[in-house]
Amino acid sequence: MAQLIKSPAREIVIKVQNLRTQFGRTIIHNHLNLDIYKGEIISIVGGSGTGKTVLLRQMLRLEQPQKGSVTIFGVDINQARADQVAYFRSRSGMLFQHGALYSALSVFDNVAQPMRELKVLPETLIKDAVYLKLDMAGIGPEHADKMPSSLSGGMVKRVALARALALEPDVLFLDEPTAGLDPHSSETFVSLIQSLHRELGFTVVMVTHDLDTLFALSSRIAVLADRQVIAIGTIDEVIQYQHPFIKDFFLGARGRRALTVLDKDDYGK
Amino acid sequence: MYNTETPQLQEEKTGLITAAGCWQVHAFVDGNVMRDIEQQLVRLGARSDLQWNLSDIRSIDHIGAQLLWNCWGRQRPAQLILLRSQEAFFNRLEQANQLSIPKPARSRLNSIMQLGTVMLGFFAHLFAFTQLLGQLILDLAHVLRHPTKAPWKEISANVYQMGFRALGITALVGILIGVVLSYLSAQQLRTFGGDIYIVNILGMSIIRELGPMLAAILVAGRSGSAITAQLGVMRVTEELDAMLVMGIPHGLRLIFPKVIALAIAMPLIVIWTDAMALLGGMASADFILGMSPRFFIQKLPDVVALSNYYIGLAKGVTFGAAIGLVACHFGLLIKPNTESLGQGTTTSVVSAITVVIILDAVFAIMFSRVGYF
Repeated sequence: MAQLIKSPAREIVIKVQNLRTQFGRTIIHNHLNLDIYKGEIISIVGGSGTGKTVLLRQMLRLEQPQKGSVTIFGVDINQARADQVAYFRSRSGMLFQHGALYSALSVFDNVAQPMRELKVLPETLIKDAVYLKLDMAGIGPEHADKMPSSLSGGMVKRVALARALALEPDVLFLDEPTAGLDPHSSETFVSLIQSLHRELGFTVVMVTHDLDTLFALSSRIAVLADRQVIAIGTIDEVIQYQHPFIKDFFLGARGRRALTVLDKDDYGK
Repeated sequence: MYNTETPQLQEEKTGLITAAGCWQVHAFVDGNVMRDIEQQLVRLGARSDLQWNLSDIRSIDHIGAQLLWNCWGRQRPAQLILLRSQEAFFNRLEQANQLSIPKPARSRLNSIMQLGTVMLGFFAHLFAFTQLLGQLILDLAHVLRHPTKAPWKEISANVYQMGFRALGITALVGILIGVVLSYLSAQQLRTFGGDIYIVNILGMSIIRELGPMLAAILVAGRSGSAITAQLGVMRVTEELDAMLVMGIPHGLRLIFPKVIALAIAMPLIVIWTDAMALLGGMASADFILGMSPRFFIQKLPDVVALSNYYIGLAKGVTFGAAIGLVACHFGLLIKPNTESLGQGTTTSVVSAITVVIILDAVFAIMFSRVGYF
């Protein structure tokens, strides 16, 4: 993966330029710039209230910034034509923090929904594709008829991941992918995303607080503080940067513990 | 970044099929691409002597691969040229062949058993409703013994919400119904010179029947649905469980104040609706029949016995409590999903109105000899 990032011709998938976000009189982002390259896993970290989720929602066109632009696949999504937006929607997948599964639909129908929405795929193909996606996300076919309310937290996330991957997007957005999961589920979820990333080669934009997930998955980390991206780069590069937030976040007791584990695992191999 | 290359299949006479273009799902969406490819694949799928070359495919995903895979009869064709980067997709599909896809479970109930299930469901509702009513009576007894522990604040807030804020809509509907009734009866009465009986008709029907009924239907639609939806959302967000954990009983803190507030507010709304409907009727009687309002008001107590008014008020209390109980009953039954929430609210309003009409019939039979001169 390291090669991928250091290769000179890095294709920019998402470009955030000069972004300004304001809620009432509170300014969340000001002159925020961020480039996300094809095929990388970028994590956005920051203290609470620094607008990580808001940034993610702006990349998804769920919220509009006051100023600045978000460019995805070379198109400013806030000024895009309807067909460009439709293209962007079909090429991106989002995993919401609480899964956001449609509670009135079964697991199967939840994953089938994005495919059915295209209106061209035959139902037999959709059926095969749904079971394949569920299998990729580690859900057996016997769970397909269940309703979301009868699933455990970890299963909800997996089904939501299967749904986000339904159309094999180029960009996958993850909002707190491991929040609320037990350590074992978190670990399997992280390795699941890792293996799918290897297999499908999508770009991942992730917001997370979980240091283990952060260190295990990210190829780059963007740190949000003071209304801007104050540092961006690999873990080693980011922790070199002198800033009180980075010191507290990465070099506090929890951060050091996670880093030690990482060293033992021979990170960067 | 637009991938305009469409998926294509080229056939050669030698039996070599070359797939080219972009075989990703978004490429199939444009125009008739999907239909054409599907027709081609159905035709080719019947033949087994073909040689497949996929090395010209620029990009592929699992859905595109699945299309080819299904055409091949879920196995690799004898002669296949693949890029190494495409290998993984077909390996995945090969693995997925082993998934045992469960057959959809068929309902084992025949029509008689289904009817039985419906009946059992009805009795379950009846049982739960009786339980709710019993709990309400116990709560009422508890409150009477310890008046300081009653949820007075909630009751007061609910009276304001469900009573005071319903005054506007009940006034509007009351006036209009009064006008309509007055016009209709006046036409008929004038044909045989019985103009004066308009007071009897309006007074009797509005005070005894229409006032309480109109108020109940409006309140059922307005507050009944609100109560059900509120309890349902509290179930979805686990607030109901949070209350239990803190030792706050649902009965006393949620259901009791709502039912009592409706039982207090409804008779007041009935008085208000009666007054408004009579006002509307009186005004139009003046307009079409030239009957002065003074005469109308003077005549009213002579033709409508006071007991009718009490019956109307008693109906108000009963209907109010019934609407509250039905709404709470369905609210507590809502399951934590959106469909159940919508369905529960609809059922609640429909059932509340039905219950009100049933109760009205009971009143009509019980008091059939009361209130007439």
